[in-house]
Amino acid sequence: MSAHEATAIETHHGPTKKLFMWVWFWLLVLTGVEVFLAYLRLEPHLMLTLLVGLSLIKSALIVAYFMHLRFEKIGLFLIVVPTLVFCLIMILIFVFPDSLRIARLHL
Amino acid sequence: MAELDIDAIAGQAWGGGVAPFATNTKKLGMWLFLLSDSLTFSTAILAYAYVRLASSNWPRPFEISPAILNATFLTFILLSSSLTMVMAVAAAHRNEVRKAVMYILFTAVGGIAFVVLHLMEWFRLFNEGVTPWANKWGDPLFGGTFFGLTGLHMLHVSIGVIYLCIIAIGFGRGKFNSDHVEVSGLYWHFVDLVWMFIFPMVYLMSVNLKG
Repeated sequence: MSAHEATAIETHHGPTKKLFMWVWFWLLVLTGVEVFLAYLRLEPHLMLTLLVGLSLIKSALIVAYFMHLRFEKIGLFLIVVPTLVFCLIMILIFVFPDSLRIARLHL
Repeated sequence: MAELDIDAIAGQAWGGGVAPFATNTKKLGMWLFLLSDSLTFSTAILAYAYVRLASSNWPRPFEISPAILNATFLTFILLSSSLTMVMAVAAAHRNEVRKAVMYILFTAVGGIAFVVLHLMEWFRLFNEGVTPWANKWGDPLFGGTFFGLTGLHMLHVSIGVIYLCIIAIGFGRGKFNSDHVEVSGLYWHFVDLVWMFIFPMVYLMSVNLKG
């Protein structure tokens, strides 16, 4: 690695300690919200939608800040995240119609 | 042979330079591994969802106390260990070796606490007669998916603890540099991330409605 690149990487200003504490705090808050939802005993359809939504937000926070992806080159994001989304769609495509059964089931 | 102008090539993101992602190969390798591992977990969770939808008497055995509170505490441990891991990476990049090693070991202790508490829960369930092939509440596959998913995750945590200890020793002795610490951090945060899906899917979706 050349000196030029080394400085380029160092000048990528990362997040501060305070920001990490905030991310940790919000992850705990969202976890608390999830547990509260379980306490409310919502119907499965709504419950699952809310839980998956909250989990996606939490994982986005972890990937963006703890795993530092927000502060990397956009290229790294582009090879990881769209690939994952595409693969998941390919996996889900065959079972998606069955997933609609949840609306009619008492779980 | 003419000399390559590495700077010019690497300057182009898609030019196939030595560092097109402005990162080292270890880190890129870890990201690609995590990509494939997230597909492993995705399909495992999907299989669980599929089996559960196909079943007519899937049990919802977890009471708020102790099962859900215990799992919430496990979540807290993992999130906090991620925080100490972030601190370890920051200290390692500042070259504060002692501080970084201390934070990595804190993280490893968090991982050990997670595995111990989780195994205690497993043994409580074994004592209640819940096994991967039988339980007293309903569909016997419940145990198979529960122990399969949490076991695969626990295996990742255990491997992570060993990985972190190796990194702590190597970094403390000056054999590894801060990049090694950062890459081990990526793995640890991923294990944390997976739990963010297992906790709601396996525990919160199985809260006992009568309790």
